[in-house]
This record gives sequence, structure tokens and C-alpha cells, in this order.
Amino acid sequence: MILDVDITCRLGAFTVDAQFTGAGGVTALFGHSGAGKSSLVNMIGGLLRPDRGHITLDGRALFDSKHHIHLPPNRRRISYVFQDARLFPHLSVRNNLLYGRWFTPAGERWAQFAPIVELLGIGDLLQRRPSTLSGGEKQRVAIGRALLASPRLLLMDEPLASLDADRKAEILPYIERLRDELKLPIVYVSHALDEVIRLAGTLVLLESGRVVAAGPVADVMRRLDVRRLTGQDHPRTVIDTRIEDHDTRFGLTRLTFDGGVLQVPYLALPVGTAVRVAIRDRDIGLAVTRPQGVSLINILPGTVVDIADTADESEAHADVLVQIGRWQLVARISRLSAHDLDLAPGKPVFALFKAMALDAESLGRAPGPETMAAL
Amino acid sequence: MTRVGILTGVEYDALMLSLKVAICSAVTSLPIAVAVAVVLARHSFPGKSLVDGLVHLPLILPPVVTGYILLLTLGQRGVIGEWLDRVLGIVIAFRWTGAAVASAVMGFPLMVQAIRLSIEGVDRRLEEASSTLGANRAMVFLTVTLPLILPGILAGLILSFARGLGEFGATITFVSNIPGETQTIPLAIYSFTQSPTGDVPALRLTVISVVLSLAALMLSNRLSLVLKRRLQGRTA
Repeated sequence: MILDVDITCRLGAFTVDAQFTGAGGVTALFGHSGAGKSSLVNMIGGLLRPDRGHITLDGRALFDSKHHIHLPPNRRRISYVFQDARLFPHLSVRNNLLYGRWFTPAGERWAQFAPIVELLGIGDLLQRRPSTLSGGEKQRVAIGRALLASPRLLLMDEPLASLDADRKAEILPYIERLRDELKLPIVYVSHALDEVIRLAGTLVLLESGRVVAAGPVADVMRRLDVRRLTGQDHPRTVIDTRIEDHDTRFGLTRLTFDGGVLQVPYLALPVGTAVRVAIRDRDIGLAVTRPQGVSLINILPGTVVDIADTADESEAHADVLVQIGRWQLVARISRLSAHDLDLAPGKPVFALFKAMALDAESLGRAPGPETMAAL
Repeated sequence: MTRVGILTGVEYDALMLSLKVAICSAVTSLPIAVAVAVVLARHSFPGKSLVDGLVHLPLILPPVVTGYILLLTLGQRGVIGEWLDRVLGIVIAFRWTGAAVASAVMGFPLMVQAIRLSIEGVDRRLEEASSTLGANRAMVFLTVTLPLILPGILAGLILSFARGLGEFGATITFVSNIPGETQTIPLAIYSFTQSPTGDVPALRLTVISVVLSLAALMLSNRLSLVLKRRLQGRTA
């Protein structure tokens, strides 16, 4: 799947001017509210017409201002999961699910009713009316309805934003299954970085209607120049790893990646499972020599790539970008340490972090190998 | 004099004619009212306020004036009436069909208003959802909009029907007061009140009028309750 977007659209005083390419897996559109995420996804879905540019999906033009092409939503074969479910109140859950299927040409129906109902765990709801469903159930039915239209691409516009934490935790695994089991390309709009890190292969950062960065999640997350957007709550970087083995004696799991081995609290997943680790900047320390006699068990050799020193006397921290294997991490250390250790680009260092800092929140199943390969 | 139950032949004719006129006018004007309501609720175009005004005109004009305008346009020597007669052989002046047209015109603004309000209440985001699932505009309307405005359509039908039962001024002006052909219940009551022996028949028709209108209203309330409950997911 190749989604190619290059559009300009004026909306009152606001202009969306965005270019990006999404290829398979989950492409996350991330930015603060008002960044133009929903407008952009509405243009992909055909609900909003751009002024200029083009949108193509696998080489087929959905919109092209030069050739006066603007396919209506019903001819795009792109399904949409809205933040507010938007189930049809006059239809039962079953008929909501089957709605899109009626309009899909028989030869293009890849989605089968029974497996999708099973996948989403909504078999018990079929006779119910949408108004009697909980928020999480509504959203699962909305996802099922979108899937059963057998789309080529699934748009999800903040599908979890109106749900509480428990309901989010209920829905997220289902979205992972769409990504991993159905191999369905998804464009996922969110302003919650946790969801993006957990789901996305490609990250498109939007600010004031413009794309400020786009690429593999790990590449975008480590960029110091867009930290004002990706650094909300606690800035972090991302490494995709694989489970090497479990140390049952000490309750640890060893994860390998091409920069070395990470030891983290035990993960109840089989050996070989792809795991994405998000490490908070402030949890990483740096040393210029390999430290002896410390409790930190993750000590990885690397090289300083860049230092973002705020040069603001009132700020205590400096962000140091460190190359470890193919990956880059950001260590947030004190400006004083950066000065005392004489850190500069090219200098060899050791990145240190506590195994216990890598809690469940920072570990999640990474997009499967197929998904990653497609990127 | 022939009698049907407690009613005399004239009274029975008036009752059946009233039902026929009111039902035919409400049902045949429904598709046009839906179309006009959609246009008024969803589209803006130059002259929209004029169209809006014309639709609502029968509500404010004296009914006699509306009837006279109908006579001028649809009467046998009227612009449209003459053409209908000559080309299609259709005559509606002084026929029950003319009474139906008069009652349709008088009930039209009420019907359009009820349907328009329900269209404006439809969540357009549901229609967007429908189109992303593959429905074209016609299917969006048939499968989403129409079911959602059913309570409004029902209300419009009942209002127009009730207006048709009560229509007097436009009818008597346009199609006169011909027993068995154009003499609906209100016209029959009027005729009876003009006669020294008409008190009892007038009273009987009055009671029938009250019962009919009340029944229509109660049926309408009941049905709209059922529809609303269905939308809210409970069974009635």
C-alpha cells in the first residue's frame, strides 16, 4: 500500500499544506488539536475537498486538481472510524455491521462477517441497538462496520479520544490485531503519543497545518528539533527489539537489538516476539568510562551525535543524542554534567539506564516484522 | 331518505368524501413536500426566501383568496386548467379531485414545516459515515436520512390530513359545495346550519369531526412514540 498525499487547502484563516507518504502498517498523524489532522484525514476520505494537489492510493488518483479528479467518499473504498462512532441509531448492531457490505462489489469483499465479529468480540451484541452499547462497545462495532466494507485503507480519527483509560486499554489490542492479523493499512489520527508509539510504523508530525517531520517512528521521536511536539509529558525515544530469552531466576527479560542487549522486567510474551521499547530521556544517564560497581544493569556503548544545549542560563538540562547501533537515544542530563564530561559530537560514551525504569507503560508489542519490512 | 347506520345518505357521503379528500391530498403531496423540505433545509440558492414564502403563503392568506387563485389558475378557463383539459382531458374544478388539490395546497406548508424541522435535526455526520461506507447520495438518503426523519414525515402527514378534514374556504371557493362531489364535512355542516331543520345533522357531523381529528392526533402521537423508542433502542 502506498498512500501519497500532497495537498493545499485553505480553511478560513487556516491553511493545511501537507505532503507525506504512508506505506503499509499504521501511519500516525500526530499533532496538537488544531494542527489540521482531522482536516487532512477528511481530505483522504473525500469528506473535504482540497484546493490544490493530489492524493493517490496505490497509484489510483483519489484527488488530483490538475486533472479535475475528486472521487466522492463512496467511490474511494476507504473506510472511516470516527471519534464519535457514528453508528446508525435506526439499525441493529448486525445491520450496522452489514451496512457497508451491501455497497461493496461482491468480487472485492475480502472481509467476512463471522471472523470480523469474532476478532472484535462483538458476537453477543448483534441484536442490540447502538444506543444500548457502552462507549467501548460502540467503538468496536464502528471498527467492525468499517472493516466489513472491505476497505483498501482504514482511517481512524482519534478513535480512543472519547473513551476512558479502561476502555482505551480494551480497544487498543483490537487495533493491533487489524494491523498484524489483517495487514490492513491504517491512517491513525491521534494527539496521544502513547497510542502512536504503540501502534505506528510511520509518524507524520503536524503543526499549524504543515508536516514538520515524517518517517519511521523511532527516527522522528529522536529528532531534537521537533521535541516541542513529541516531548509532551515525558520525552522519549523508541527502539524496536526482539525477545532473546527470559531470566526466570531474577524475573528479567532480555531484549536484543542491533545496538546490544536490554534487560527489562519480565514480559509474559514468547521468545522472538517483537517488542517496542520507549525510553524516557530523563531515565538515561551517560558516562565517559564504563562504570564499575553500579546497580544499573543496562550499560550500552555509543557515540554522541548532537547536543541540544538550551544556552538558557535558567534551564538545568541538556539533551544529548547518542548513537547506539542503528538506533539513536536522547539522554536528558544536567547541563553541568555535559560541561564537566566535556561532551561533544563524536565522543564515545556509555548510556546507562535502570531496568526498573522500563515499566509496562514503556513496553509494547512492536508492529510485526511484515509491517516493519513494508516501511 | 337512505340511511347508513345513524347517518343520512348526505351525511355519509360527506364523511366518506372528507376521508377520501384528506387522505389523497396528504399522500399525494407527501413526495413533493419531502423534496421541497430537503431543498429548503439543505440548499441555499438565489430566491430561496421567495420559494420559502410561496410555500408558506396558504398559511397566511385568507383561504378564500387561495381558493380564488386556484380557480383562476386551475379552473377550466384558468391558465393551467385550460391546458390540462385540452391536452390531457383532466378537469379538476368542481370535482372531488379539485377539493383534494385545495386541501393539499392548504396543508402543504404544515407538512413541509414538519418535515423540514426533522431534516434539520438529522445528524449529518451519520450521512458522512454512510457515504464513507460506500453509499451514493440517493442511498444515503434512502437508508439513513429517510428512516431518521420518519417521525417528521408522520407528523407532516397527520397535520396535512387534519387540515384537509377541516378545509372550508379554499374548497368552497374553488370547487363549490356540490353534495356527493365536493361537499366535505365542513361544507355539509355549513349547509345544514343554513337550513331550519339542519341542527341535528350538523351536530352529528360535528361530533364525527371531533372524533376523527382526535383519533388522528392520538394515532400520530402513538406512532411517533414508537418510532422514537425504536431510535433510542427500546422496544415499544
